[in-house]
This record gives sequence, structure tokens and C-alpha cells, in this order.
Amino acid sequence: MQLNRDDLLKAYRTMATARHFEESVFENFSEGRIPGFVHLSAGQEATAAGVMMALDERDWVATTHRGHGHCIARGMDLQETMDEIYGASSGICGGKGGSMHIADLDKGMLGANGIIGATGPLAVGAGLSAKAKGDNGVAVAFFGDGGSNQGLTFEAFNLANIWKLPVIFICEDNGYAEATPSSYSVAGTQVDRAYGFGMPGVEVDGFDFFAVHEATRDAVERVRRGDGPSLIHIKTARYYGHFVGDAQTYRAEGEIDMLRADKDCLKIFREKVVGAGLLSREQLDEIFEEEKERVEKATLAAHAAPRATKDDLMTDVYGVY
Amino acid sequence: MPKKSYRNAINEAMAGEMRRDSSVILMGEDVSGGTGAPGEDDAWGGVLGVTKGLYSEFGASRVLDTPISEGGFVGAAAGAAITGLRPIVEVMFVDFLGVCLDGIYNQAGKFRYMFGGKAETPLVVRTMYGAGLRAASQHSQTLYSIFAHVPGVKVVVPSNPYDAKGLLIQAIRDNDPVVFFEHKMMYDDEGDVPDESYTIPFGEANVLRDGEDVTIVAIGKMVHLANKAAENLAKDGISCTVIDLRTLSPLDEETILEEVETTGRLVVVDESHPRCSVAADVSSIVAEKAFKSLKAGIGKVTAPHCPVPFSPELEDLYIPKIADVEAAVRRTMA
Repeated sequence: MQLNRDDLLKAYRTMATARHFEESVFENFSEGRIPGFVHLSAGQEATAAGVMMALDERDWVATTHRGHGHCIARGMDLQETMDEIYGASSGICGGKGGSMHIADLDKGMLGANGIIGATGPLAVGAGLSAKAKGDNGVAVAFFGDGGSNQGLTFEAFNLANIWKLPVIFICEDNGYAEATPSSYSVAGTQVDRAYGFGMPGVEVDGFDFFAVHEATRDAVERVRRGDGPSLIHIKTARYYGHFVGDAQTYRAEGEIDMLRADKDCLKIFREKVVGAGLLSREQLDEIFEEEKERVEKATLAAHAAPRATKDDLMTDVYGVY
Repeated sequence: MPKKSYRNAINEAMAGEMRRDSSVILMGEDVSGGTGAPGEDDAWGGVLGVTKGLYSEFGASRVLDTPISEGGFVGAAAGAAITGLRPIVEVMFVDFLGVCLDGIYNQAGKFRYMFGGKAETPLVVRTMYGAGLRAASQHSQTLYSIFAHVPGVKVVVPSNPYDAKGLLIQAIRDNDPVVFFEHKMMYDDEGDVPDESYTIPFGEANVLRDGEDVTIVAIGKMVHLANKAAENLAKDGISCTVIDLRTLSPLDEETILEEVETTGRLVVVDESHPRCSVAADVSSIVAEKAFKSLKAGIGKVTAPHCPVPFSPELEDLYIPKIADVEAAVRRTMA
């Protein structure tokens, strides 16, 4: 299935929203308006848009601590998502989850996860549900290069393949697990690991929306056919630290400037679609500005959003002692 | 009423619920016991035969033999539970939960609260606990207090076949994660168990015996020690109330406090270690909320604070005995 003009507009809009969202969270976190700690996915938007556009409503997604872009690309409400990051009671989880546990089951989002390696098994479970339901739904597990080293991830590979479940494992490798480079921490390759469990694996350029999207589309087609799981290794990079405030002394001098200049997935997308005469620069600029404005509006609203109160502390529990 | 074993009562609860609700699935190591092997239809049904016959009735799509990867399949069960299935997961021995706690306490146990009340996680983790099988340190522990500590996880410890069936049906129908503890030495215990389906609500302790002098609170297999001790003590004119907690989370504080207010004395019997145990927890609740009713220091009967030993002589010393309960009761009367 080829992407039509509307799809391309949607892809760019999604990437633009995700980028502005992260820039806004960076700025406001730095100014002390957002509690806790946040892990930003700026630079990785092609993964969010490319993967989610290959999925549909019946599908499930378990994502990582770096999941804002995935939430946006999955169509979660922008305001409720922003409010959740601020810990407001109007947040999608009532302010009880926050950045690291934001979820929207109505959109098939099984949540960001604070536990590295937890997503694989959750997606296996969602795959079991999809198979039992018989709706040809697909479950996607995101994990990073860090999560790729957890034993739980390997257990999930094995379970998904012995049961031929509709699961797609996506290793979104941004080069660092916290401060530890994947070149140091990962033995062998992600694709070899997939082969080790008897499933197909493919490595793709995470700066290229089209490469990510095509690889995901192929994997989705395969798993919907009932051929069992597969793995996609997306090589990408983040513009910020592991968390906001990380001094990133482990990164090379000029590394991020180089990424922003030469490897920016929004720029690369623009060059491709404008070069091919599919969309105009003006159209793309307009979308970029529209999304900037939408995120700014959501940010301001989040600043004024209602805060959770004492009454909220002990709801959604059983047994009060 | 027909007599059935604890094992059969548990099997019957699962079979009945699987017939009633197609979203109930069972998974675990050897729950079929030989899927893919030549004799799969007549295979084990679990190492101690608790799931026998379910595979032949419900097939491989609903009774899933798992590889030995508890972390993976418990996490998968959590994922299945929030996406529409009602998985029963058998983790063969509670000791093995050491490699799969994340799925229970960080995932399943957190979803409801962390997602703002929008998630339901109808997951049951069935697991064997307890000493007595000469199974030594890594197959004999009584680890329910770890789970009772975590809000969001319900903890059930049936002491007899009737309760095992009713509490397990309740657990399967419950929309929160439940860890269901089965004592490995009780599978052959027999008791009255109706053929039909019934539930026992969580958070309601069972007062087995009404007394005036001492309240004995017991859990699981220890309930039988408490009962026996109470019988023996009655001969000496010491009258005991015996409470079977049945569920540790939610905990029926009200019944404990009411009974202690009547008797003024408390002995808690728990097969677990003394530190940070349910025995310690119940004692602290009573000390805090019924202090003025107490006529004596609280007695605790627990296993010692050491791993479960292998040597039969040592294991026998390790396991709490009826005489220990009697002695503890007498101390509160002294």
C-alpha cells in the first residue's frame, strides 16, 4: 500500500507535533514547571510516526519510558497527554501515572513503562488476547538498546515465536542506555538475536520515516497473516540526554549538532517529499507552525490545569487501612 | 455434600470457570504437562496433578504449557489481562516468583492506580508454598507477606478444600491481580465441596471457633494447628477463638479487632518467618488499634528466621507445631 498525499501530510504533522511537544516539555521542565523526571524522544520522531501509521485501531502498543512521541503518534489526546506529564488531575491517568506510565487503553496504548524490559512480555500477552479475539490485531513492543539486553526480552521473543503470536518487537536503538553506548553493551546484533529465536529481523535507518514505515508495514503484514513475530531494529538518536538535566558528558563534542544538522528526521522527510514533488515547502511550513501553536496552547492550558487533591490519593485502590 | 480433595477443589474451580467464560485461560510450566509430546492428552496436568484433564477438555489454545521462563509468561499474563483475557497463571513454586516479581508488583499490581482507574487486570497467579515436602530452601518458602505488602495485589491463602474452590472462583472473577497460595502439603486433604459453583468474598475472615480467653489468628495450613491447639486447650479450660484469615489482602481487620476486643489476648500463627511477616503485621494492627483491650503481650508462632532446611530432622524443627501454638496461648494466659 503506497502512502498517499494525505498520509504524507499526516506523517509530517505527527512528527511535528511530537517534536514541538518534546521541545515544550524540555523548556518547561528546565524552568521547573514539570515534576519528576522526563525522558525525551526528540530526534526519534520518524520511529513514532513510521510505526504507528502502519497500525490500526485494533492493535496494541507497549512503550518505554521514552514514550511521548509514541503516545502522540498513536492519536492520544494532546491536552490530556500534556496534562498527565504535568501531574494534573485532568491528565489522561488523572496525574497518577506521569511521563513514565502514561497509558490510554482506549487507544491501544498499554502504557509507557518505567521498567526496562517489561514491554516484551506485555506485548506477548496482548498478542495472546488478539489471537483469542481473532481480530488479526497486532501487538507492538518497543524497547531500547538497553531493554534489548534484558532476559525478559529474550523470554518474550521465545514465547511469541513458539506460540506464533502477532507481536512485533521494535528495538528503538538511540545509541545509549542512559550513558552506556550500545556499541559497548550489545553483543552481536539485534537482527542476529531475532534469527536466534527463529524470527525475521531487519535493521532500518531510524532517521528515515519511509524506511521505518515500510519495515513496519512488512512486519505487520506478516504477523497479521499468522506467520508469527518479527523484529525491527531501528537505529536512531536522541537530541537530549537520558533525562532532562543529564549533562551528557559521554557524548562526543558536536555529536548532537551534527545530528540536528544532518540526521534530523523531519528535515530528511521534507527533502524527500519536496524533492519528489509530492508536497510543497509552504505546506510543510504551515503544518509545522500549526502544530507549534497547538502544542503551545496545550502547554499553557497544562500550566493552569487542575491539580490532583487529597481526594484523589486513595481512589483506584481497594482496602484502606 | 461430596468429599473432595484440595487438589480436586482447585481443579474444579478452574474447569468450571473455563466452561463458563471463554476468556479464562490457563498457563504455566507443565499445566498440560507434555504439549507436543506423544502422550499429551494424558499428561501430567501440573507437577502435582492439579491441572489434570484441563488440557484435554479445553485444548492448547486455552491451556498453555509455557517454557521455563516465569518472567516472560507472568509478564505476558499481565499483558493478556489488560487486553481482554482472564489468565490463570501457575507459578509452580512461590520461590520461583523471585524471577518474575516485576510482572506482578510493577505491572499488574500498578495498572489500575497508575492508569487513573482505567485499567482492569483480572489475573490470577496460583502458586505452591510451604514446608514439609523435604524440598529444601528454594521450593518450600511461605512468601505471601511480600505480596501483601504491595497495594494493588490481592493475596489469598485457602486453608481447606471448600474455601479453595470458592476463593479461586472469586479470584478468577475478580478484576484485580490475585496471588493464590496453595499449600503443597494440603493437596490430598479432603473436605466437603459442593459440585456447583460458589464464591467466597475477599476480605472476610472465617471465625471457626468462638472462645472467651484467647484469639488465635491463623493462615493457610496453620489454621489446622490453631484448631487442634484450641481443642487441646479447651480440655484445660482455656477457651480460644480461631480466625482463619482466608485473604491477607484485603485483610479483615474488623473481625480481628472485634474478636481481640472480646478475648483480650492474641496469638498469631504464620508458617512464614517472623520478620516483616503477616504475623508481625496483624500484631502491629492489634497493638495499634486494640491496645486497650489487650490483657497480655501478643504471641507469635512462626517458623524461625532461617531458610527452610533440607534435612528432615531440621525441617521438622523448622515447621511450627501444635505444641508451639498451645505454649504461645498459655504464655498469654500466664
